[in-house]
Amino acid sequence: MSHPTLMPIRLTLAAICATALLHGAPALAQQAAEVPLSYSNGAFQPSEVRAPADKPVVFRVKNLDAKAMEFESKSLRVEKVVAAKSEGVINVRPLKPGRYEFYDDFNEKARGALIVQ
Amino acid sequence: MLAALIIVFREVFEAGLIIGIVLAVTGSVAHRFRWIGGGVLAGVVAACLVAAFAGALSQLFEGMGQELFNAAILGVAVVMLTWHNVWMARHGREIAVEMRAIGQAVAEGSKPLLALAVVVGVAVLREGSEVALFLYGVAASDGGSALSLIIGGCLGLLLGAAVCLVTYLGLLRIPPRALFATTTVLITLLAAGMAAQAVAFLERANWLTSLDTVVWDSGWLLSEASIPGRALHTLIGYTDQPTQMQLLVYLAVIAITGWLMRLTAQVHGGHAVAPG
Repeated sequence: MSHPTLMPIRLTLAAICATALLHGAPALAQQAAEVPLSYSNGAFQPSEVRAPADKPVVFRVKNLDAKAMEFESKSLRVEKVVAAKSEGVINVRPLKPGRYEFYDDFNEKARGALIVQ
Repeated sequence: MLAALIIVFREVFEAGLIIGIVLAVTGSVAHRFRWIGGGVLAGVVAACLVAAFAGALSQLFEGMGQELFNAAILGVAVVMLTWHNVWMARHGREIAVEMRAIGQAVAEGSKPLLALAVVVGVAVLREGSEVALFLYGVAASDGGSALSLIIGGCLGLLLGAAVCLVTYLGLLRIPPRALFATTTVLITLLAAGMAAQAVAFLERANWLTSLDTVVWDSGWLLSEASIPGRALHTLIGYTDQPTQMQLLVYLAVIAITGWLMRLTAQVHGGHAVAPG
């Protein structure tokens, strides 16, 4: 493994990782819009939520049911299991204005939408 | 019942593909069933543990415990798969020369088998914890419909096992010499795809925010949620909306694997007489 030609690749990779993490830090500080949601009796409450455009969004999904649920959305690119009687936090990148649907992947009757404007 | 079948099958499907590939890769190695079976069993136990503590796990790291846990175990699988490929590049010559008498390789074969057992365990753990959570929820709720849901779940599990078998038998139809090259490519792409998936989890956790622009959206052509989309997602890491960082890491894993394999093959070629 001590082959000299290997070093540049390793260093480049380390550099990429380092810059990625350094760039990540200020973005964390960027103010995100919080969207609280609760899930009970197999339905989202409220079923339609709003958030401003071009700002990160943080969903806080409180699952009040005795079953686990999976918060999922193709358009938001998220997928997260929220255990029974617990809260899940889901980060979303800044969004363009539009309507983004989400649902419970374990129970597709439970649907809701995020309106970004 | 059908809903339960579909949910369980969707999760088991990916693990089935991976186990099928690993079975084909280890086709000629003794005791492989012991290792792979052990990997599956460890994965199932770990999946139940993860499901049992899912609530606590997700509260870690400011609510990002699940994402970071997934990224970490995917990272382990990537390392194991790469190690396997590099090991095979080193010993592939012996194996190719004496396809039937690979005594020495088999004696040392427990090393890559351990790596592949870990990969199988990780695959089962990742897919299984969701199944366990889902079925637990079903069992915890009303008893009336629970039975039919459990039956649906078991059928989903059987279908997943069928996927595993079909993958395995399909790969076995490839002649042994070509099989080695095929599985090397398969495992490299599998590792690259897993690395890109780990990036996606780090992005969701906000631990990785640079180069997070989506490069293309091919969802209209092949949705990641469809069965072909899921198969490609597992096999080559297909994502319908990859970010720049995902693409970069994907290509980097392929490049590094190729580089390491060439390097170890050359080093080994230099001391042709010395054992592994």
